Amino acid sequence: MNTLAITVNLITGRTIQQGVSMEGGKEKPAYTAACGIIEIDPSDFAKLGAYRNTTVRVTSEHGSVVVKAIEATQGPHPGVAYIPMGPWANQVINPNTYSTGMPTFKGTPVEITEAKNETVLDSLELVRKACRGEI
Amino acid sequence: MTKTIPDVVCPFCGTLCDDLEVVVSDDGKQLLEVYNACAIGAEKFLHSQAEDRLTRPRLAQEDGSWKEIGYEEAIEYTAQMLANSKKPLMYGWSSTNCEAQGVGSEIGEITGAVMDNTATVCHGTSLIAVQDIGIPHCTLGEVKNRADRVVFWGCNPAHAHPRHMSRYSIFPRGFFTGKGHKGRKVIVIDPRKTDTANVADVHLQIEQGRDYELLDALRVAFKGLPLPDVVAGIPKEQIYEAAEVLKSGRFVIIFFGMGVTQSLGKNHNIDEAIAVTRDLNEYTKAAIMPMRGHYNVTGSGAVWGWQFGFPFAVDLSRGFARYNPGETTSNDLLRRDEVDSVFVLGSDPGAHFPFSSVKKISELPSVCIDPHQTPTTAVCKLHVPVAFVGVEVGGCAYRMDNVPIETRKVVDAPEGMMTDEEFLEKVLGRIKEIKGE
Repeated sequence: MNTLAITVNLITGRTIQQGVSMEGGKEKPAYTAACGIIEIDPSDFAKLGAYRNTTVRVTSEHGSVVVKAIEATQGPHPGVAYIPMGPWANQVINPNTYSTGMPTFKGTPVEITEAKNETVLDSLELVRKACRGEI
Repeated sequence: MTKTIPDVVCPFCGTLCDDLEVVVSDDGKQLLEVYNACAIGAEKFLHSQAEDRLTRPRLAQEDGSWKEIGYEEAIEYTAQMLANSKKPLMYGWSSTNCEAQGVGSEIGEITGAVMDNTATVCHGTSLIAVQDIGIPHCTLGEVKNRADRVVFWGCNPAHAHPRHMSRYSIFPRGFFTGKGHKGRKVIVIDPRKTDTANVADVHLQIEQGRDYELLDALRVAFKGLPLPDVVAGIPKEQIYEAAEVLKSGRFVIIFFGMGVTQSLGKNHNIDEAIAVTRDLNEYTKAAIMPMRGHYNVTGSGAVWGWQFGFPFAVDLSRGFARYNPGETTSNDLLRRDEVDSVFVLGSDPGAHFPFSSVKKISELPSVCIDPHQTPTTAVCKLHVPVAFVGVEVGGCAYRMDNVPIETRKVVDAPEGMMTDEEFLEKVLGRIKEIKGE
Protein backbone atom coordinates (compact mmCIF):
# COMPACT_ATOMS: atom_id res chain seq x y z
CA MET A 1 0.00 0.00 0.00
CA ASN A 2 1.24 3.44 -0.92
CA THR A 3 1.71 5.60 2.16
CA LEU A 4 3.23 8.66 0.52
CA ALA A 5 1.76 11.95 1.63
CA ILE A 6 2.17 15.43 0.20
CA THR A 7 1.38 18.77 1.77
CA VAL A 8 -0.15 21.45 -0.45
CA ASN A 9 -1.94 24.76 -0.14
CA LEU A 10 -5.69 24.27 -0.69
CA ILE A 11 -7.92 26.83 -2.35
CA THR A 12 -11.62 26.60 -3.21
CA GLY A 13 -13.91 28.43 -5.61
CA ARG A 14 -16.45 28.13 -8.36
CA THR A 15 -16.18 26.06 -11.51
CA ILE A 16 -18.75 26.06 -14.27
CA GLN A 17 -19.40 22.37 -13.65
CA GLN A 18 -19.98 23.20 -9.99
CA GLY A 19 -22.56 25.82 -11.00
CA VAL A 20 -24.39 23.67 -13.53
CA SER A 21 -24.55 20.58 -11.31
CA MET A 22 -25.56 22.68 -8.29
CA GLU A 23 -28.54 24.06 -10.19
CA GLY A 24 -29.30 20.57 -11.51
CA GLY A 25 -29.71 19.22 -7.96
CA LYS A 26 -27.20 18.75 -5.17
CA GLU A 27 -28.51 15.25 -4.45
CA LYS A 28 -27.60 14.07 -7.96
CA PRO A 29 -24.38 12.19 -8.89
CA ALA A 30 -23.35 15.05 -11.22
CA TYR A 31 -22.80 17.34 -8.22
CA THR A 32 -20.54 14.76 -6.56
CA ALA A 33 -18.63 14.32 -9.82
CA ALA A 34 -18.18 18.10 -10.14
CA CYS A 35 -17.31 19.00 -6.54
CA GLY A 36 -16.19 15.82 -4.76
CA ILE A 37 -12.81 16.20 -6.44
CA ILE A 38 -9.41 17.71 -5.81
CA GLU A 39 -7.46 19.22 -8.69
CA ILE A 40 -3.76 18.48 -8.28
CA ASP A 41 -0.84 19.77 -10.34
CA PRO A 42 0.96 17.09 -12.44
CA SER A 43 4.21 17.69 -10.51
CA ASP A 44 2.37 17.07 -7.23
CA PHE A 45 0.84 13.88 -8.65
CA ALA A 46 4.42 12.73 -9.33
CA LYS A 47 5.40 13.45 -5.73
CA LEU A 48 2.35 11.62 -4.44
CA GLY A 49 3.12 8.64 -6.67
CA ALA A 50 -0.55 8.19 -7.45
CA TYR A 51 -2.54 7.67 -10.63
CA ARG A 52 -5.06 10.20 -11.90
CA ASN A 53 -8.67 9.60 -10.84
CA THR A 54 -7.79 7.69 -7.66
CA THR A 55 -9.61 8.48 -4.45
CA VAL A 56 -7.53 10.36 -1.90
CA ARG A 57 -7.98 11.50 1.67
CA VAL A 58 -7.45 15.20 2.23
CA THR A 59 -6.72 16.18 5.82
CA SER A 60 -6.20 19.54 7.49
CA GLU A 61 -6.15 20.50 11.14
CA HIS A 62 -9.86 21.31 10.75
CA GLY A 63 -11.12 18.02 9.30
CA SER A 64 -10.75 15.28 6.75
CA VAL A 65 -12.60 14.21 3.58
CA VAL A 66 -12.35 11.63 0.81
CA VAL A 67 -12.44 12.98 -2.75
CA LYS A 68 -11.32 11.95 -6.22
CA ALA A 69 -7.97 13.33 -7.33
CA ILE A 70 -7.88 14.66 -10.87
CA GLU A 71 -5.25 16.54 -12.84
CA ALA A 72 -5.61 20.32 -12.59
CA THR A 73 -7.74 21.68 -15.42
CA GLN A 74 -6.60 25.28 -14.97
CA GLY A 75 -2.88 25.08 -14.32
CA PRO A 76 -0.01 24.60 -13.86
CA HIS A 77 0.21 25.63 -10.23
CA PRO A 78 2.67 23.41 -8.30
CA GLY A 79 1.99 23.24 -4.57
CA VAL A 80 -1.57 24.49 -4.92
CA ALA A 81 -4.57 22.13 -4.89
CA TYR A 82 -8.16 23.06 -5.67
CA ILE A 83 -11.49 21.65 -4.46
CA PRO A 84 -14.56 23.39 -5.96
CA MET A 85 -16.70 25.14 -3.37
CA GLY A 86 -19.14 22.78 -1.68
CA PRO A 87 -19.51 20.49 1.32
CA TRP A 88 -16.38 18.45 0.48
CA ALA A 89 -14.09 21.49 0.55
CA ASN A 90 -15.85 22.78 3.64
CA GLN A 91 -14.89 19.70 5.64
CA VAL A 92 -11.26 20.79 5.59
CA ILE A 93 -11.06 24.58 5.11
CA ASN A 94 -10.16 26.91 7.97
CA PRO A 95 -13.42 28.11 9.60
CA ASN A 96 -11.72 30.90 11.53
CA THR A 97 -13.00 34.32 10.48
CA TYR A 98 -10.34 36.35 12.32
CA SER A 99 -13.04 38.85 13.38
CA THR A 100 -14.26 39.62 9.89
CA GLY A 101 -17.18 37.18 9.57
CA MET A 102 -15.47 35.54 6.60
CA PRO A 103 -14.13 32.00 7.05
CA THR A 104 -10.71 31.47 5.46
CA PHE A 105 -11.83 29.48 2.42
CA LYS A 106 -8.55 29.95 0.58
CA GLY A 107 -5.07 29.04 1.73
CA THR A 108 -5.47 26.02 4.03
CA PRO A 109 -2.45 23.68 4.32
CA VAL A 110 -3.66 20.12 3.69
CA GLU A 111 -2.09 16.68 3.55
CA ILE A 112 -3.08 14.35 0.71
CA THR A 113 -2.75 10.56 0.88
CA GLU A 114 -4.08 7.83 -1.38
CA ALA A 115 -7.28 6.18 -0.16
CA LYS A 116 -8.03 3.61 -2.86
CA ASN A 117 -10.58 1.59 -0.88
CA GLU A 118 -12.69 4.51 0.26
CA THR A 119 -15.61 6.05 -1.60
CA VAL A 120 -16.62 9.63 -2.23
CA LEU A 121 -19.94 10.26 -0.46
CA ASP A 122 -22.68 12.33 -2.09
CA SER A 123 -23.32 15.78 -0.65
CA LEU A 124 -26.40 14.97 1.43
CA GLU A 125 -24.92 11.77 2.85
CA LEU A 126 -21.60 13.47 3.57
CA VAL A 127 -23.22 16.24 5.58
CA ARG A 128 -25.64 13.92 7.41
CA LYS A 129 -22.94 11.41 8.32
CA ALA A 130 -20.49 14.10 9.36
CA CYS A 131 -23.13 15.76 11.58
CA ARG A 132 -23.83 12.43 13.26
CA GLY A 133 -20.09 11.94 13.79
CA GLU A 134 -20.02 8.80 11.63
CA ILE A 135 -17.03 9.83 9.51
CA MET B 1 -48.40 26.09 -29.92
CA THR B 2 -45.58 27.59 -27.94
CA LYS B 3 -44.83 31.19 -27.13
CA THR B 4 -41.49 32.92 -26.71
CA ILE B 5 -41.02 35.35 -23.83
CA PRO B 6 -38.31 37.92 -24.63
CA ASP B 7 -36.09 40.01 -22.30
CA VAL B 8 -36.14 37.51 -19.45
CA VAL B 9 -33.73 38.21 -16.58
CA CYS B 10 -31.50 35.34 -15.47
CA PRO B 11 -31.67 34.64 -11.72
CA PHE B 12 -28.28 33.02 -11.24
CA CYS B 13 -25.31 35.36 -10.80
CA GLY B 14 -24.86 39.06 -10.16
CA THR B 15 -24.52 39.81 -13.88
CA LEU B 16 -28.34 39.52 -14.17
CA CYS B 17 -28.30 39.02 -17.95
CA ASP B 18 -31.56 40.56 -19.18
CA ASP B 19 -31.64 39.31 -22.76
CA LEU B 20 -32.75 35.70 -22.30
CA GLU B 21 -35.54 34.25 -24.41
CA VAL B 22 -37.62 31.50 -22.90
CA VAL B 23 -40.00 29.27 -24.84
CA VAL B 24 -43.01 28.08 -22.88
CA SER B 25 -46.06 26.01 -23.71
CA ASP B 26 -49.23 27.84 -24.66
CA ASP B 27 -50.85 27.29 -21.26
CA GLY B 28 -47.80 28.81 -19.53
CA LYS B 29 -47.20 25.70 -17.44
CA GLN B 30 -44.21 24.13 -19.17
CA LEU B 31 -40.83 25.67 -19.86
CA LEU B 32 -39.38 24.19 -23.04
CA GLU B 33 -36.26 26.06 -24.18
CA VAL B 34 -33.93 28.76 -22.88
CA TYR B 35 -31.93 30.87 -25.34
CA ASN B 36 -28.99 33.23 -24.74
CA ALA B 37 -28.34 31.99 -21.19
CA CYS B 38 -25.05 30.48 -20.02
CA ALA B 39 -24.93 26.79 -19.10
CA ILE B 40 -25.66 27.54 -15.44
CA GLY B 41 -28.56 29.93 -16.10
CA ALA B 42 -30.16 27.53 -18.58
CA GLU B 43 -29.86 24.70 -16.07
CA LYS B 44 -31.51 26.83 -13.40
CA PHE B 45 -34.54 27.50 -15.61
CA LEU B 46 -34.81 23.92 -16.85
CA HIS B 47 -34.34 22.33 -13.42
CA SER B 48 -37.46 24.10 -12.19
CA GLN B 49 -39.32 21.62 -14.39
CA ALA B 50 -37.69 18.54 -12.86
CA GLU B 51 -40.15 15.68 -12.44
CA ASP B 52 -38.79 14.76 -9.00
CA ARG B 53 -39.28 18.28 -7.67
CA LEU B 54 -40.69 18.53 -4.17
CA THR B 55 -43.92 20.50 -3.96
CA ARG B 56 -45.02 20.17 -0.32
CA PRO B 57 -43.30 20.92 3.02
CA ARG B 58 -41.59 18.05 4.86
CA LEU B 59 -40.91 17.57 8.55
CA ALA B 60 -37.93 15.46 9.68
CA GLN B 61 -38.86 12.49 11.88
CA GLU B 62 -36.90 10.91 14.72
CA ASP B 63 -35.80 7.97 12.54
CA GLY B 64 -34.42 10.27 9.84
CA SER B 65 -37.35 9.89 7.44
CA TRP B 66 -39.55 12.77 6.20
CA LYS B 67 -43.25 13.35 6.80
CA GLU B 68 -45.15 15.44 4.26
CA ILE B 69 -47.18 18.22 5.85
CA GLY B 70 -49.38 21.08 4.61
CA TYR B 71 -48.28 24.70 4.25
CA GLU B 72 -50.52 25.73 7.20
CA GLU B 73 -48.64 23.35 9.52
CA ALA B 74 -45.29 24.57 8.13
CA ILE B 75 -46.29 28.20 8.78
CA GLU B 76 -47.31 27.36 12.35
CA TYR B 77 -44.04 25.46 12.97
CA THR B 78 -41.90 28.30 11.60
CA ALA B 79 -43.82 31.00 13.47
CA GLN B 80 -43.62 29.09 16.77
CA MET B 81 -39.90 28.44 16.33
CA LEU B 82 -39.09 32.08 15.62
CA ALA B 83 -41.47 33.53 18.23
CA ASN B 84 -40.10 31.23 20.94
CA SER B 85 -36.42 31.86 20.19
CA LYS B 86 -34.40 34.39 22.15
CA LYS B 87 -32.05 35.08 19.29
CA PRO B 88 -32.83 33.35 15.97
CA LEU B 89 -30.43 33.52 13.04
CA MET B 90 -32.25 34.40 9.81
CA TYR B 91 -29.76 33.65 7.07
CA GLY B 92 -29.74 33.65 3.26
CA TRP B 93 -31.89 36.22 1.41
CA SER B 94 -29.78 36.25 -1.75
CA SER B 95 -31.81 34.05 -4.10
CA THR B 96 -35.06 35.85 -3.57
CA ASN B 97 -36.55 39.21 -4.53
CA CYS B 98 -36.38 42.48 -2.59
CA GLU B 99 -40.10 42.25 -1.76
CA ALA B 100 -39.58 39.00 0.19
CA GLN B 101 -36.46 40.45 1.82
CA GLY B 102 -38.57 43.35 3.09
CA VAL B 103 -41.12 41.03 4.73
CA GLY B 104 -38.26 38.93 6.19
CA SER B 105 -36.78 42.07 7.79
CA GLU B 106 -40.10 42.75 9.51
CA ILE B 107 -40.08 39.23 10.99
CA GLY B 108 -36.49 39.82 12.10
CA GLU B 109 -37.47 43.01 13.88
CA ILE B 110 -40.41 41.42 15.74
CA THR B 111 -38.48 38.30 16.80
CA GLY B 112 -35.19 40.02 17.64
CA ALA B 113 -33.28 38.01 15.04
CA VAL B 114 -29.84 38.36 13.55
CA MET B 115 -30.30 39.00 9.82
CA ASP B 116 -27.38 37.90 7.67
CA ASN B 117 -27.03 37.30 3.95
CA THR B 118 -24.63 35.33 1.78
CA ALA B 119 -22.25 38.30 1.63
CA THR B 120 -21.03 36.90 4.95
CA VAL B 121 -19.14 34.17 3.02
CA CYS B 122 -18.69 36.12 -0.22
CA HIS B 123 -18.20 39.89 -0.34
CA GLY B 124 -18.79 40.72 3.31
CA THR B 125 -15.18 41.78 3.66
CA SER B 126 -15.64 44.03 0.61
CA LEU B 127 -18.54 45.76 2.35
CA ILE B 128 -16.37 46.31 5.43
CA ALA B 129 -13.65 47.83 3.25
CA VAL B 130 -16.13 50.06 1.42
CA GLN B 131 -17.47 51.35 4.74
CA ASP B 132 -13.90 51.97 5.90
CA ILE B 133 -12.60 53.94 2.96
CA GLY B 134 -15.34 54.37 0.32
CA ILE B 135 -15.33 53.11 -3.27
CA PRO B 136 -14.87 54.66 -6.73
CA HIS B 137 -17.70 52.85 -8.48
CA CYS B 138 -19.41 52.78 -11.87
CA THR B 139 -22.06 50.75 -13.71
CA LEU B 140 -21.51 47.82 -16.05
CA GLY B 141 -22.83 50.02 -18.88
CA GLU B 142 -19.92 52.41 -18.30
CA VAL B 143 -17.54 49.44 -18.37
CA LYS B 144 -18.94 48.28 -21.69
CA ASN B 145 -18.84 51.73 -23.27
CA ARG B 146 -15.65 53.16 -21.79
CA ALA B 147 -13.25 50.65 -20.21
CA ASP B 148 -10.05 50.03 -22.16
CA ARG B 149 -8.14 48.50 -19.22
CA VAL B 150 -9.83 45.61 -17.44
CA VAL B 151 -8.37 43.87 -14.40
CA PHE B 152 -9.74 40.62 -12.96
CA TRP B 153 -8.19 40.19 -9.52
CA GLY B 154 -8.82 36.88 -7.75
CA CYS B 155 -11.90 36.13 -9.81
CA ASN B 156 -12.66 33.76 -12.66
CA PRO B 157 -15.68 35.01 -14.60
CA ALA B 158 -15.20 32.35 -17.29
CA HIS B 159 -16.55 29.92 -14.67
CA ALA B 160 -18.44 31.99 -12.11
CA HIS B 161 -20.03 34.71 -14.28
CA PRO B 162 -19.97 33.05 -17.69
CA ARG B 163 -21.51 35.90 -19.76
CA HIS B 164 -19.89 38.79 -17.92
CA MET B 165 -16.96 38.99 -20.34
CA SER B 166 -19.10 38.88 -23.47
CA ARG B 167 -21.80 41.29 -22.26
CA TYR B 168 -19.80 43.90 -20.39
CA SER B 169 -16.11 43.52 -19.74
CA ILE B 170 -13.95 42.16 -22.57
CA PHE B 171 -15.66 41.43 -25.86
CA PRO B 172 -18.52 43.87 -26.50
CA ARG B 173 -18.17 46.97 -28.67
CA GLY B 174 -19.34 50.06 -26.84
CA PHE B 175 -19.75 53.77 -27.63
CA PHE B 176 -16.07 54.59 -26.93
CA THR B 177 -14.81 51.02 -27.24
CA GLY B 178 -15.67 50.34 -30.88
CA LYS B 179 -12.84 47.85 -31.37
CA GLY B 180 -14.25 45.52 -28.73
CA HIS B 181 -11.69 43.03 -27.42
CA LYS B 182 -8.92 44.48 -29.62
CA GLY B 183 -9.20 47.87 -27.98
CA ARG B 184 -8.98 46.57 -24.43
CA LYS B 185 -6.01 45.35 -22.42
CA VAL B 186 -6.95 42.64 -19.93
CA ILE B 187 -4.89 41.82 -16.85
CA VAL B 188 -5.67 38.75 -14.72
CA ILE B 189 -4.14 38.25 -11.28
CA ASP B 190 -4.67 34.71 -10.00
CA PRO B 191 -2.55 31.96 -8.42
CA ARG B 192 -3.84 29.58 -11.11
CA LYS B 193 -3.74 29.92 -14.87
CA THR B 194 -7.50 30.04 -15.09
CA ASP B 195 -9.67 30.03 -18.20
CA THR B 196 -10.08 33.78 -17.68
CA ALA B 197 -6.27 34.15 -17.58
CA ASN B 198 -6.14 32.37 -20.94
CA VAL B 199 -7.95 35.25 -22.66
CA ALA B 200 -5.91 37.96 -20.89
CA ASP B 201 -3.05 40.00 -22.31
CA VAL B 202 -1.18 39.70 -19.04
CA HIS B 203 -1.47 37.00 -16.37
CA LEU B 204 0.34 37.69 -13.12
CA GLN B 205 0.50 34.28 -11.40
CA ILE B 206 0.62 35.57 -7.87
CA GLU B 207 1.53 33.42 -4.85
CA GLN B 208 -1.74 32.57 -3.10
CA GLY B 209 -2.55 34.96 -0.25
CA ARG B 210 0.00 37.63 -1.28
CA ASP B 211 -2.52 40.05 -2.75
CA TYR B 212 -1.77 42.84 -0.30
CA GLU B 213 1.93 42.84 -1.22
CA LEU B 214 1.27 42.93 -4.95
CA LEU B 215 -1.32 45.70 -4.62
CA ASP B 216 1.14 47.67 -2.53
CA ALA B 217 3.86 47.06 -5.12
CA LEU B 218 1.58 48.44 -7.85
CA ARG B 219 1.14 51.65 -5.88
CA VAL B 220 4.92 51.92 -5.61
CA ALA B 221 5.30 51.20 -9.33
CA PHE B 222 2.76 53.92 -10.28
CA LYS B 223 5.14 56.43 -8.70
CA GLY B 224 8.20 54.89 -10.41
CA LEU B 225 9.82 54.11 -7.06
CA PRO B 226 12.16 51.12 -6.52
CA LEU B 227 10.76 47.63 -5.85
CA PRO B 228 12.38 44.39 -4.60
CA ASP B 229 13.30 42.00 -7.43
CA VAL B 230 10.30 39.76 -6.78
CA VAL B 231 7.03 40.64 -5.03
CA ALA B 232 4.42 37.94 -4.31
CA GLY B 233 6.16 35.68 -6.82
CA ILE B 234 6.05 38.27 -9.63
CA PRO B 235 9.29 39.74 -11.07
CA LYS B 236 9.43 43.53 -10.66
CA GLU B 237 9.68 44.12 -14.42
CA GLN B 238 6.22 42.61 -14.87
CA ILE B 239 4.83 44.81 -12.11
CA TYR B 240 6.26 48.00 -13.65
CA GLU B 241 4.88 46.89 -17.01
CA ALA B 242 1.40 46.23 -15.57
CA ALA B 243 1.46 49.60 -13.79
CA GLU B 244 2.29 51.32 -17.08
CA VAL B 245 -0.53 49.50 -18.90
CA LEU B 246 -2.99 50.69 -16.25
CA LYS B 247 -1.75 54.30 -16.14
CA SER B 248 -1.90 54.62 -19.91
CA GLY B 249 -5.60 53.64 -20.14
CA ARG B 250 -8.52 56.02 -20.60
CA PHE B 251 -10.78 54.11 -18.23
CA VAL B 252 -9.58 51.37 -15.87
CA ILE B 253 -11.98 48.93 -14.21
CA ILE B 254 -10.80 46.51 -11.54
CA PHE B 255 -13.10 43.54 -10.90
CA PHE B 256 -12.25 41.50 -7.82
CA GLY B 257 -13.56 38.28 -6.35
CA MET B 258 -13.15 35.61 -3.72
CA GLY B 259 -9.39 35.35 -4.23
CA VAL B 260 -9.15 38.72 -2.51
CA THR B 261 -12.04 38.52 -0.04
CA GLN B 262 -11.48 35.00 1.30
CA SER B 263 -7.67 34.92 1.55
CA LEU B 264 -5.97 36.07 4.73
CA GLY B 265 -5.86 39.83 4.96
CA LYS B 266 -9.49 39.88 3.84
CA ASN B 267 -10.95 43.40 4.14
CA HIS B 268 -7.44 44.87 4.26
CA ASN B 269 -6.70 43.41 0.82
CA ILE B 270 -9.72 45.30 -0.50
CA ASP B 271 -8.72 48.49 1.31
CA GLU B 272 -5.51 48.30 -0.66
CA ALA B 273 -7.25 47.46 -3.95
CA ILE B 274 -9.45 50.54 -3.48
CA ALA B 275 -6.30 52.57 -2.72
CA VAL B 276 -4.81 51.34 -6.02
CA THR B 277 -7.97 52.54 -7.79
CA ARG B 278 -7.79 55.89 -6.03
CA ASP B 279 -4.12 56.25 -7.00
CA LEU B 280 -4.95 55.48 -10.63
CA ASN B 281 -7.37 58.40 -10.64
CA GLU B 282 -4.30 60.65 -10.40
CA TYR B 283 -3.44 59.57 -13.94
CA THR B 284 -6.71 58.47 -15.56
CA LYS B 285 -10.28 57.48 -14.71
CA ALA B 286 -10.55 54.27 -12.68
CA ALA B 287 -13.27 52.34 -10.87
CA ILE B 288 -13.48 49.09 -8.92
CA MET B 289 -16.32 46.58 -8.61
CA PRO B 290 -16.89 43.38 -6.60
CA MET B 291 -17.92 40.37 -8.71
CA ARG B 292 -21.04 39.46 -6.78
CA GLY B 293 -22.28 35.89 -7.02
CA HIS B 294 -25.90 35.33 -6.02
CA TYR B 295 -28.23 37.25 -8.30
CA ASN B 296 -29.79 39.35 -5.54
CA VAL B 297 -27.23 39.45 -2.74
CA THR B 298 -26.67 43.09 -3.68
CA GLY B 299 -30.41 43.65 -3.29
CA SER B 300 -30.55 42.28 0.24
CA GLY B 301 -27.68 44.61 1.16
CA ALA B 302 -29.62 47.50 -0.39
CA VAL B 303 -32.90 46.61 1.37
CA TRP B 304 -31.21 46.34 4.77
CA GLY B 305 -29.13 49.38 3.98
CA TRP B 306 -32.25 51.54 3.79
CA GLN B 307 -34.12 49.71 6.53
CA PHE B 308 -31.36 49.32 9.14
CA GLY B 309 -28.34 51.22 7.85
CA PHE B 310 -26.17 48.11 7.45
CA PRO B 311 -25.83 45.75 4.47
CA PHE B 312 -25.35 42.40 6.28
CA ALA B 313 -24.83 40.91 9.77
CA VAL B 314 -27.63 43.03 11.29
CA ASP B 315 -28.30 42.06 14.91
CA LEU B 316 -31.82 43.12 15.96
CA SER B 317 -31.86 41.16 19.25
CA ARG B 318 -31.65 44.29 21.40
CA GLY B 319 -34.55 46.02 19.65
CA PHE B 320 -32.34 48.22 17.49
CA ALA B 321 -29.90 47.45 14.69
CA ARG B 322 -26.32 46.56 15.67
CA TYR B 323 -23.61 45.65 13.19
CA ASN B 324 -20.24 44.21 14.05
CA PRO B 325 -18.75 41.74 11.54
CA GLY B 326 -16.82 39.11 13.46
CA GLU B 327 -19.46 39.20 16.18
CA THR B 328 -22.85 39.44 14.47
CA THR B 329 -21.90 37.37 11.41
CA SER B 330 -23.42 33.88 10.92
CA ASN B 331 -20.32 31.75 11.23
CA ASP B 332 -19.08 33.53 14.34
CA LEU B 333 -22.53 33.26 15.97
CA LEU B 334 -22.74 29.56 15.18
CA ARG B 335 -19.17 28.84 16.27
CA ARG B 336 -19.75 30.61 19.57
CA ASP B 337 -23.15 29.01 20.11
CA GLU B 338 -24.90 32.37 20.33
CA VAL B 339 -28.13 31.65 18.47
CA ASP B 340 -30.92 29.30 19.50
CA SER B 341 -32.60 28.61 16.15
CA VAL B 342 -31.80 28.94 12.46
CA PHE B 343 -34.08 30.05 9.60
CA VAL B 344 -32.65 29.76 6.08
CA LEU B 345 -34.18 31.23 2.93
CA GLY B 346 -32.61 31.65 -0.50
CA SER B 347 -29.24 30.11 0.29
CA ASP B 348 -27.48 26.86 1.15
CA PRO B 349 -25.23 27.17 4.20
CA GLY B 350 -25.15 23.36 4.47
CA ALA B 351 -23.05 23.27 1.31
CA HIS B 352 -21.23 26.58 1.59
CA PHE B 353 -20.46 27.11 5.29
CA PRO B 354 -17.49 25.51 7.03
CA PHE B 355 -18.53 22.16 8.46
CA SER B 356 -18.31 23.29 12.11
CA SER B 357 -21.13 25.77 11.40
CA VAL B 358 -23.21 23.16 9.54
CA LYS B 359 -22.97 20.82 12.52
CA LYS B 360 -24.26 23.55 14.78
CA ILE B 361 -27.25 24.15 12.47
CA SER B 362 -28.04 20.42 12.62
CA GLU B 363 -28.19 20.59 16.44
CA LEU B 364 -30.55 23.60 16.58
CA PRO B 365 -34.26 24.00 15.76
CA SER B 366 -34.14 24.89 12.08
CA VAL B 367 -36.29 25.67 9.05
CA CYS B 368 -35.08 25.80 5.44
CA ILE B 369 -37.09 27.46 2.65
CA ASP B 370 -35.71 26.24 -0.67
CA PRO B 371 -37.12 24.81 -3.90
CA HIS B 372 -34.20 22.33 -4.08
CA GLN B 373 -33.03 19.44 -1.93
CA THR B 374 -29.71 20.61 -0.53
CA PRO B 375 -27.24 19.73 2.23
CA THR B 376 -29.07 22.41 4.28
CA THR B 377 -32.44 20.72 3.88
CA ALA B 378 -30.70 17.46 4.81
CA VAL B 379 -29.83 18.78 8.27
CA CYS B 380 -32.83 21.09 8.94
CA LYS B 381 -35.92 19.96 10.85
CA LEU B 382 -38.41 21.49 8.40
CA HIS B 383 -38.00 21.89 4.64
CA VAL B 384 -40.46 24.13 2.80
CA PRO B 385 -40.23 24.08 -1.01
CA VAL B 386 -41.43 27.28 -2.65
CA ALA B 387 -41.80 28.75 -6.14
CA PHE B 388 -38.56 29.69 -7.98
CA VAL B 389 -38.05 33.43 -7.78
CA GLY B 390 -37.06 34.79 -11.19
CA VAL B 391 -38.70 31.83 -12.97
CA GLU B 392 -42.13 31.33 -11.40
CA VAL B 393 -42.49 34.71 -9.73
CA GLY B 394 -41.02 38.10 -10.65
CA GLY B 395 -39.78 40.87 -8.39
CA CYS B 396 -36.94 43.32 -7.95
CA ALA B 397 -33.29 42.22 -7.98
CA TYR B 398 -30.07 44.28 -7.86
CA ARG B 399 -27.25 43.68 -10.34
CA MET B 400 -23.65 43.61 -9.08
CA ASP B 401 -23.27 47.32 -9.96
CA ASN B 402 -26.25 48.24 -7.74
CA VAL B 403 -28.68 48.69 -10.63
CA PRO B 404 -32.16 47.39 -9.73
CA ILE B 405 -33.83 45.26 -12.41
CA GLU B 406 -37.36 43.89 -12.40
CA THR B 407 -37.21 40.13 -13.02
CA ARG B 408 -39.96 38.36 -14.96
CA LYS B 409 -42.19 35.42 -14.30
CA VAL B 410 -42.07 32.95 -17.19
CA VAL B 411 -44.08 29.92 -16.03
CA ASP B 412 -46.60 29.06 -13.35
CA ALA B 413 -45.39 27.30 -10.23
CA PRO B 414 -46.79 23.78 -9.65
CA GLU B 415 -50.32 24.01 -8.32
CA GLY B 416 -50.68 24.96 -4.68
CA MET B 417 -47.08 26.11 -4.18
CA MET B 418 -46.41 29.30 -2.26
CA THR B 419 -43.91 32.02 -3.09
CA ASP B 420 -41.28 33.21 -0.59
CA GLU B 421 -43.19 36.43 -0.04
CA GLU B 422 -46.54 34.72 0.57
CA PHE B 423 -44.99 32.26 3.01
CA LEU B 424 -43.18 35.02 4.93
CA GLU B 425 -46.34 37.17 5.06
CA LYS B 426 -48.27 34.28 6.64
CA VAL B 427 -45.46 33.58 9.12
CA LEU B 428 -45.33 37.27 10.01
CA GLY B 429 -49.11 37.37 10.58
CA ARG B 430 -48.97 34.30 12.83
CA ILE B 431 -45.99 35.66 14.85
CA LYS B 432 -47.94 38.86 15.45
CA GLU B 433 -50.83 36.78 16.80
CA ILE B 434 -48.54 34.75 19.07
CA LYS B 435 -46.86 37.86 20.41
CA GLY B 436 -50.18 39.66 20.75
CA GLU B 437 -49.18 42.63 18.61
